[in-house]
Amino acid sequence: MEITTNNYKHCDLVKVTGRVDSATAPQLAEALNKITENGRYKIVLDLGGVDYISSSGLWVLINTQKTCKRYNRGEVVLASVPDRIRSALDLAGFIPFFKILKDTTAAVGYF
Amino acid sequence: MFKETFPGRYESLAKIAKFVTQAAVQAGLNETAIFAVQMSVDEACSNIIEHAYGGENIGDIDCTCKIDSQGLTVILHDWGAPFDPEKVPEPDLTSPLEKRKEGGLGLFFIRKLMDEVHFEFSAEKGNTLTMVKRKEDAR
Repeated sequence: MEITTNNYKHCDLVKVTGRVDSATAPQLAEALNKITENGRYKIVLDLGGVDYISSSGLWVLINTQKTCKRYNRGEVVLASVPDRIRSALDLAGFIPFFKILKDTTAAVGYF
Repeated sequence: MFKETFPGRYESLAKIAKFVTQAAVQAGLNETAIFAVQMSVDEACSNIIEHAYGGENIGDIDCTCKIDSQGLTVILHDWGAPFDPEKVPEPDLTSPLEKRKEGGLGLFFIRKLMDEVHFEFSAEKGNTLTMVKRKEDAR
């Protein structure tokens, strides 16, 4: 798994590629926590390059969404979500918790 | 039949995924079914490491793949602590975001995604999880 982060004026863009499983989910959690610990709660998560996500990865998304949405201070939006990642989100009943936008441009423009 | 033993640590998950994917392709499963196998095996192995062994590098996971005309059977074997699958609570799929609590999704995914799921626990032989994924025309 690889993570790149970009700081924009109105949001942070986090691009993830590869496998998000029990081995790598802690790294993703760390990257996202770093952003929220800096008081930034508007996050675009680009999942376009993710080829697998397990329940441990899905929980990282949920925990970050909880933190961001608290006090209405922001939210995590998902961009470029591959079909199989969408199926995993759907299976877990997590689709209603995320705005899913077609690409990074649309997602960054959302904030 | 293919059999391989992997050390019980999270680093093994990507290797296990590769191993079962090869077998799933050879069994003639379609993309959706291959993804179901990958996800189920990954969740099952994560549970073995986290719950049966209670941590990484405690014990091994044996993975056996059997191909027949119906599809693919994956058998996972470990020597960790047994558990009662009936006592694992169903995950909460309806509560609002702030009430969702971590855990319980792995077994739920496995049961949803595979056509047959069977657990066997033995004091002498360890724990065996048998999962079957059938080809579309054999379902």
